[in-house]
Amino acid sequence: MNPLSVVVRTGCDLFAWFMVVFGVNVLVHGYMTPGGGFQGGAIIATFTAFLLVAYGGRKLLGWANEKIFDLFEEVGLLAFFFLAFMGFPVTFFYNYLVKPLAAGGVVPPAGTTALMSIAVGLEVSGALSMVILTMYRGIRMFETAPMEEEIGHDR
Amino acid sequence: MTNALHISVLAVMLIAAFFALWFKDLISSVISLAVFSLMMALEFYILQAPDVAIAEAAIGAALSTTIYIIALRACRRSKSEGGRKQ
Repeated sequence: MNPLSVVVRTGCDLFAWFMVVFGVNVLVHGYMTPGGGFQGGAIIATFTAFLLVAYGGRKLLGWANEKIFDLFEEVGLLAFFFLAFMGFPVTFFYNYLVKPLAAGGVVPPAGTTALMSIAVGLEVSGALSMVILTMYRGIRMFETAPMEEEIGHDR
Repeated sequence: MTNALHISVLAVMLIAAFFALWFKDLISSVISLAVFSLMMALEFYILQAPDVAIAEAAIGAALSTTIYIIALRACRRSKSEGGRKQ
């Protein structure tokens, strides 16, 4: 994808990081307000799509390190399993944080639900960013073949 | 008041869905689908489901549109195959 005009790129510079902050806000407050892990992760992954549309794919592939997205997925999944298995003296998924620390104020009063929401958000943001990057890398295989001009789309 | 809002949002959804099928230009079709998803998110919000509305807006209007456009980039016709010209 070719980079778009300087107006779009300046708008991307202004607003892209705020989208990540908004996604993290939705994700962290997901136990109480609308939203949660999947929604916040999807909003964070929109950042990658925004960069791809505004700056073009070659620059994005130069910037993005896929090992970081892999790390997000692995850390999210492992944290989810760890938090689920930690409640095992009682049951699987037992919310063991909610009773002793509810009045403390450091851990949110929802207990492990909020932490699991953060884990799901990490996993979803890494996975959806990886989907976009992998699809773009997939279509770059066709760029070496002799092609005629496009007709119907992508003017 | 609420009924009028419902009917107008659903009418815009119908129009967007119709144009998603009607356009020969594929990228216009994808934009129509994005409008459909946005109206769907608004409808979910009116129906008191803001959680689903956030998911629908992020996935339907943003990410799936990007993925469709990336897929359309891969659908250029090659010279050697010699398909029917439009």
